[in-house]
Amino acid sequence: MHIRKLLAAAAATALLAGTAQAADMTGITDTTIKIGNTNPYSGPASVYSTIGKTIAAYFKMVNEMGGIQGRQVDFISLDDGYSPPRTVEQVRKLVEQEQVALLFQTLGTPTNSAIHRYVNAKKVPHLFVATGASKWGQPDKYPWTMGFQPTYDVEGEIYAKYVLENVEDPKIAILFQNDDYGKDYRDGFLRGLGDKADELVVSMLPYEVTDPTVDSQILKMKESGANVFFNITIPKFAAQAIRKSCEIEWKPVHFLNNVSSSVGATLTPAGLDCSKGLITAIYMKDPVDPQWKDDPGFKEWVGFMDKHMPGSDLTDVNYAYGYSVARLMHITLDGCGELSREGIMACAANLKGVQLPMVLPGITVDTAPDDFYPIQAEQLSKFDGERWVAFGGIIDASK
Amino acid sequence: MDRPNPITPQLLAGFGIAIVFAAVVPHLVSDFTSFQFTQAMAYGIALLGLNILTGYNGQFSIGHSAFYAVGAYTAAILLYHFEWNHYATLPVAALVAFAVGFLFGLPALRLEGLYLALATFAFAVATPQLLKFDAFEHWTGGVQGLFVPKPEPLIEGLSADQSLYYVTLAIMVLLMAVAWCLLRSRSGRAIMAIRDNPIAASTMGINTALYKTTTFGISAMYTGIAGALSVFVTEFVAPDAFNFFLAVNLLVGSVVGGIVSIPGVIFGGLFLVFVPNFAQDISRAYPFVPPPWAIFGIFLILAIYFVPFGVWGAVERALAWWKRKSAGLGG
Repeated sequence: MHIRKLLAAAAATALLAGTAQAADMTGITDTTIKIGNTNPYSGPASVYSTIGKTIAAYFKMVNEMGGIQGRQVDFISLDDGYSPPRTVEQVRKLVEQEQVALLFQTLGTPTNSAIHRYVNAKKVPHLFVATGASKWGQPDKYPWTMGFQPTYDVEGEIYAKYVLENVEDPKIAILFQNDDYGKDYRDGFLRGLGDKADELVVSMLPYEVTDPTVDSQILKMKESGANVFFNITIPKFAAQAIRKSCEIEWKPVHFLNNVSSSVGATLTPAGLDCSKGLITAIYMKDPVDPQWKDDPGFKEWVGFMDKHMPGSDLTDVNYAYGYSVARLMHITLDGCGELSREGIMACAANLKGVQLPMVLPGITVDTAPDDFYPIQAEQLSKFDGERWVAFGGIIDASK
Repeated sequence: MDRPNPITPQLLAGFGIAIVFAAVVPHLVSDFTSFQFTQAMAYGIALLGLNILTGYNGQFSIGHSAFYAVGAYTAAILLYHFEWNHYATLPVAALVAFAVGFLFGLPALRLEGLYLALATFAFAVATPQLLKFDAFEHWTGGVQGLFVPKPEPLIEGLSADQSLYYVTLAIMVLLMAVAWCLLRSRSGRAIMAIRDNPIAASTMGINTALYKTTTFGISAMYTGIAGALSVFVTEFVAPDAFNFFLAVNLLVGSVVGGIVSIPGVIFGGLFLVFVPNFAQDISRAYPFVPPPWAIFGIFLILAIYFVPFGVWGAVERALAWWKRKSAGLGG
């Protein structure tokens, strides 16, 4: 009798364990799939709200065309005002009350940091987050969180590869902003140089964002005899650095981080003549660049914008970004055999060679269970005095 | 002379009912809703600080977000860098916020009305930037902020959210009782006398300067405790959470709840947490309604129009009317 009871209890436990291990189907029914998102529709970062609106318009279009695997997408995008405590509240609302299947494109570095552990504890897919920090690709520590765009450190790595392959006897100077952003770029660059970093880098100087100028750093770098300059600065300081090195006739191979690649905000104030020959890395098609006029991806995006978001400002690159990343989510779910939280995560970690409409041709999304950085390639561009001209092939930092 | 805030049987009964109601709530709702109520109570404690300062002492502050940040970061730094027990950080957060408030009150003494409001405003806008400042970055975590896990449940069988709800409730009730005792004491009458007529108050022998700075300190202390509790609730601090918008929100909550009241802060806190969410929900459900913050604005205007003395002001007036009516019937 006693043994029987024990056996029954054991069987019951086994049964419970079995159900617990079954796939988590939260947010997914035969006819719908719920996707949660937070975006700053109000507050200091509300310029990014166009991304959330574009994604919503995209899924509306998908629903009109029959949905994903026959399921209508219920895209719930809540305003967090770029305030981390609001993000925590809204994400808990999405996960616990709305019972979404997954979170997609939650925007911002501090905001995503606030929910990073929570979503991983809850085992909710936290996919293609909208931030350039490097911490979103740690599958061993945070198996439910995945980034999207090339990270700052990946960009740094790309410049390093180019230097090693193309510059004879490089002596490198690095100027960097003394914060997370600057250090992310710097560390990626040093990693790209590999073992030789110590011997190749002849000058590495920080600046504070509160400094009035970076002139003294530029003078010191010239004195160091460097022939390569990695300029990790925000537009104001980038313009100063370009102008100063031009004035003192220091002409290294000059890499400008993508953050400051805007012609209007950086290069015009620095002087377009002084800016000739600068090198930066890009991964998206610039909507104002005439070379994409007849490109199928560009035309597809313009067609979508005309039909689903008429009257929008097509020079805003965030519309192109939102469209491309929504397409990636669509592709991930559409090709996914097992639509459960675990299944979706597995599918997101097995994307191979996905080309997105507004991402440069040849730059594809590739992920693996141990690689949570979807886009890792960029293309170098040189400034010709008027605009950035892409050159060389696509450089993939993952290879 | 009648003491302000007299103890009546009705008051005690109302208090008892409120406590019983508050105690069963977490067992009736989801963890998420308990979490929202906890947030509302943390705001309520901050509003209590603002009410003491602005409502009872007549000093304006649109910079209480800064004291909220002081409390929050004190707790977060002790938790993150020194691995203190959560609840041990509360008295320290209270002391630090009191000290900062008291020191801020010293120069602010020379400033009256609008000028004081502007000085506190300057403090509020400077705070997020100071928190990002490189020299402090090692301690504050800079732009990225600090992550601190929630306190473990105090009693077995409760979830972390439920446990934190009860702790916050207990602290709020305690702090409300302290405020209530303070304001009906001799010091409380002095605090209010300074608001009503500072010249008469000092003629009566009240040390206006000491009372004003101490009130500033106490107010900051309440708000600092609230800030520390908010860290436990959201498990995270970052500079962007303590922007000027929070300062204005605190003022909104105070006015909506009733700025010259103690129980009103509960309604103020609930307003701050639930109305923006409600506005977003209806904005999402019906495409023809205006965007969420416009709806929030409409609710705010309605609140000011229909309950100009705040929710608690309206409750008090309703009670007085009912008393008069029943007295009239009896006679």
